[in-house]
Amino acid sequence: MSYDEWFRQDRLPHIYCAGCGNGTIINCTLAAVDQMGWKKEETVFVSGIGCSSRAPGYILTDSLHTTHGRALPFATGVKMANPDLHVVVFTGDGDLAAIGGNHFIHACRRNIDLTVICMNNQIYGMTGGQGSPTTPKGCLSSTTPFGCAETPFDLCELATAAGANYVSRWTSYHVKELEKAVKVGLETPGFSFIEALVQCPTAFGRRNKFRQVADHVDYLKVHSLLKAKRDRMLDAGEAIPEDLFVVGELTKRSRPALGVKL
Amino acid sequence: MTRVEFWQGNTACAEGALAAGCNFFGGYPITPSTEVAEHMAAKLPKKGGVFIQMEDEIASMASIIGASWTGARAMTATSGPGFSLMMENIGFAAMTETPCVVVNVQRGGPSTGQPTMAAQGDMMQCRFGSHGDYAVIALCPASVQEMFELTARAFNLADQYRVPVFIMADETVGHMREKILVPDSVERVLRKPQRADVLPFHADEDLIPGFGQFGTGHNVHVTGLTHDERGYPAATNPPLHAALVQRLVDKIENARDAMADYDIINPDAEQVFVAYGGPVRPVQQVLHDHPEKNIGFLRIRTVWPFPEKALAKFKNAQRFLVPEMNLGQIAREIERHVRVPVKSLGKLGGELHTPKELAAALEAT
Repeated sequence: MSYDEWFRQDRLPHIYCAGCGNGTIINCTLAAVDQMGWKKEETVFVSGIGCSSRAPGYILTDSLHTTHGRALPFATGVKMANPDLHVVVFTGDGDLAAIGGNHFIHACRRNIDLTVICMNNQIYGMTGGQGSPTTPKGCLSSTTPFGCAETPFDLCELATAAGANYVSRWTSYHVKELEKAVKVGLETPGFSFIEALVQCPTAFGRRNKFRQVADHVDYLKVHSLLKAKRDRMLDAGEAIPEDLFVVGELTKRSRPALGVKL
Repeated sequence: MTRVEFWQGNTACAEGALAAGCNFFGGYPITPSTEVAEHMAAKLPKKGGVFIQMEDEIASMASIIGASWTGARAMTATSGPGFSLMMENIGFAAMTETPCVVVNVQRGGPSTGQPTMAAQGDMMQCRFGSHGDYAVIALCPASVQEMFELTARAFNLADQYRVPVFIMADETVGHMREKILVPDSVERVLRKPQRADVLPFHADEDLIPGFGQFGTGHNVHVTGLTHDERGYPAATNPPLHAALVQRLVDKIENARDAMADYDIINPDAEQVFVAYGGPVRPVQQVLHDHPEKNIGFLRIRTVWPFPEKALAKFKNAQRFLVPEMNLGQIAREIERHVRVPVKSLGKLGGELHTPKELAAALEAT
């Protein structure tokens, strides 16, 4: 399936590195948007700063590429001022969880009707590979040369605790699941948060023993623990290995939301 | 037709915004500007507008820019510490040519300073506070009446020039209560729409591009990166960056005369006060008390871009005296334009100059 009509063909080639996972996530998102039957003139993409935040610049709709960490308050202004617009936010782990962390929890708390797709590459890619709030313990980056000593954020647990109506996590390996999750997010009134773990061969992979792009994608696949399986393991009293991360639909509820089209 | 009210300055500011058709307010509480937000919170929803209290001033500024791209007449209000937080997104608004109105009811700084006392210490920050070169418009009210009128005008200037416009009030004007004549309606000058056959950031002869409102099918890409006329990033193109930033500055500076707003009193005087905002009031008192002295007075409402030609109208001026509630921020701007001495009467502490102090300054060397 092709979504050529959603892309600005005159902006190609794009800036993403060979092997980058962001294109996969953008494709899954546009597939879901396309299935919604939305018109271009009623859809707005908003982003902050970073590799993931360059995505709206390649999409043929109104789009707002803002300041670092601030995509959500900009998107809040767009959505509150005109609830008829469908507003989708692209962000990354540094943009959303570090500099934009406060905006993230408050957008979740307001449960404002946005769909937020976070491409989590666990590193600052655009600035050359510095550690981020989701860099796993022990991983190497240009600012954690002896291994990251800090505990990473679980963005999905944060979104759930802060009040988002819909939360799911997948990876660049799980394209079908991701596309479906984005679509459910688009359909769900209120704040929808979809975290997509992605490989970053340039800034993360080459420092952390992923010699091939496929090695990193395979790592994401192997270390994904389906939520249903996690629940069964918990019921059985089994320990969850620390190097696994849970994927699937983690939260779905219908709390009162802000900015919903009447 | 007008009606008479007895209002606080901050109330008049909010009412001026409502009269101008402001339909989006994003803000965060801060003394001494909070009454603007409170008034908007009570009034905007009843008029079909949106009030939202954001998590901080960074988010407030972001929200009004987002709202503006949907066509809203959007506004926020703050004071020093919040103004500092807004700076990055003010630069974004300048770069993306987003119409918006920012009210700063100035208090004593730096830092938390004097939350409940007056100052004019942010006059240079509003002109130059965000990084990079750009230009803005700043209006300084000196009365409750002007809080209403200049706020209403700010929306027209923001739309016309596609630029952030500042109401640089101060605590004395924000919290004073006095009589105001409220008009039934105010003039509205709306932003020029983008034409279908023109690129979204292609400027006309007035150096201002038509506005491609979100939701109207223009597919505008808005970025704070250096961008070409399509709105596409072109951050490593030196001539393009130079031309863009030059245009952002020229579209305001070239319109200096069109947006100048000042009064000239006693143009043949030898000693001339120059004032804006709160200190206008004690200067008026000095002129009232000493009609025999032929004291000159340049009273400025549009401080940025600075109306330099007004200074030349005082042909006999031997000295300009500049009472400000800062250490001479605008006095230095005046020095750039005149050949006679400029005496800065900067006053810190949070209180207005007294007429007695200003009268004494006329006699001092």
